[in-house]
Amino acid sequence: MSRVPTPITLSRPPDNLRALRRRRAAESAMAWTFVSPAVLIILGLSVVPIIWSLLLSFRADDLVTPSRWVGLDNYRALAQDPHFSQAVHNTLLYTALYVPASMVVGLLLALALNRRIRFVGLYRTLFFVPFVVSSAAQGVLFSFILDPQFGAANAVLHYLGIPAQGFLNDPSQALLVLVAISLWSGTGFCMVIYLAALQDVPASLTEAARLDGAGRFQVLRHVTLPTLRPVSVFLLLWQTIEALQTFDLVYVTTKGGPLGSTTVIVYFIWEQAFKNATAGYGAASAYVLAAALGLIGLIFQIARRRLQGAAA
Amino acid sequence: MTAVSAPPEAAQAVPTARPDAGRRRPRLPFSPWHLLLAPMALLFAVPLIWLALSSVMSNAEINRFPPALWPSRLDLGGYRYVLGNAMFPRWFANSFLVSFVTVTANLVLGTLGGYAFARMRFAGSRLLLGLMLATMAIPFQLTMIPTFLVMKQLGLIDTLGALIVPSLVTPFSVFLLRQFFLSLPRELEEAAWIDGCSRLHVLWRIVLPLSRPALSTVAVLTFLSTWNDLTWPLIAISHDTQYTLQLGLTTFQGQHHTQWSAVMAGNVITVLPVLLAFLGAQKAFIQSITSTGLKG
Repeated sequence: MSRVPTPITLSRPPDNLRALRRRRAAESAMAWTFVSPAVLIILGLSVVPIIWSLLLSFRADDLVTPSRWVGLDNYRALAQDPHFSQAVHNTLLYTALYVPASMVVGLLLALALNRRIRFVGLYRTLFFVPFVVSSAAQGVLFSFILDPQFGAANAVLHYLGIPAQGFLNDPSQALLVLVAISLWSGTGFCMVIYLAALQDVPASLTEAARLDGAGRFQVLRHVTLPTLRPVSVFLLLWQTIEALQTFDLVYVTTKGGPLGSTTVIVYFIWEQAFKNATAGYGAASAYVLAAALGLIGLIFQIARRRLQGAAA
Repeated sequence: MTAVSAPPEAAQAVPTARPDAGRRRPRLPFSPWHLLLAPMALLFAVPLIWLALSSVMSNAEINRFPPALWPSRLDLGGYRYVLGNAMFPRWFANSFLVSFVTVTANLVLGTLGGYAFARMRFAGSRLLLGLMLATMAIPFQLTMIPTFLVMKQLGLIDTLGALIVPSLVTPFSVFLLRQFFLSLPRELEEAAWIDGCSRLHVLWRIVLPLSRPALSTVAVLTFLSTWNDLTWPLIAISHDTQYTLQLGLTTFQGQHHTQWSAVMAGNVITVLPVLLAFLGAQKAFIQSITSTGLKG
């Protein structure tokens, strides 16, 4: 059979095609008007600064006088700077203490609240409220409560017959006190996330386990906790990144002291860039932090994919 | 009391006959969980209670040792000082203005961008969206030094503009709204199309009324992060007429070390707006935080 099929496209009036194209172009133009403010601001204030930061990190720059190229000197200096390694050490210690504690206590509170008892709403509010209080306000409030001379904390200790403590003024206590303050404000966040996840644990699953004779603890261990695993992974990542970036609270309470015992990485970066007028050095340390955060994010991505693979 | 007989696991389940219904342990007049929860709740509440109490105490009461733990009488000297002699009203206005403009801009620009990415076809949309998403992973510390330099070039340093411009729209707002728009049924919009409505008309009349939850999430989280921010104002602002409350409170504390009642009055003024907003819209706050948290 050699009948040639009629070319449908040609039989279509060319007007239509043009109209379609015109409509497409109009739509495209409109879409660009819609996105351009967002694109301009977001990409302009991220892509440009990233490159600028990188260039800055190869320079000696005080943000005022012309800068000069120093190559990798800033990074080399960082590797040998005892203040930077102390900042890294403090940050890791803070993170290692704060992240697990906030998650465990948050989970415990969520488990306690995920049942029908009185005042659940009140409890949830009280545990969560500190989360909306700004770091500046927290810092000022706890500087007052923990003031060695006039603070309420030492007054309470005095009534209990315990000697007064230095708290934020004591190099051996300050970082632990910062962890405690962060727990006061950050635990509620873990709690509400866990609480929301617990409400998604299918009741039929726990019912079935109980009918099979599993005790409360066994249900928790073998049913509830495994279903919470993705949320825990998320929280671990989130809290770790937050903890590694701590700054406001340190700035308000201790300014990195006493004796550098609470200098965290971001405080170090800020100090170098905006106080000591060594912006290039600050940019280099910011790049080190960003690389570490990126690496952590990557590891978590892989872990999460594994987890999803295992679940499927 | 239902509190005691409700079995702890599967509290969400419809009450049915339980295998352990007959097993009774010695009863407390309340659920044993209160033994854990009540002291914890007290621990969490005490700092804020102390904040409120000390803001209405006199300095004399606070500055003796051991300090009084309860005000003997209501003393509003702290508030009077903070509102009269210090610049707290000015800082409050600054914070309010910055937060208001930032939230509004995020809602408008986030909606426009999010809608275009969700529903419109245009060249480069995938690449742009990918880039925007990637910027969410960039830590602020990496961009803060050059952003300072950009703002300096624009002549915005030491003005409220420096606080507003960098956060006019965040990738988070765009992406969150895009995801929400994608979840809406397309048919609704298509019906309006056929009736000859324009894009903006459809967006305004059909899409936005359905998008309350997503819009309130953007508003809540933008407000919270803008109002509470200290790092960026600290970098971008040095003149005290341009301070936000957070920055003002921090410097005020440094300069008035012994006037604790005034410092605490200032602290109450700083915290109260967020606290009231939270208590007034608690459900929206918690939903915003959990919904974004669980998807991340």
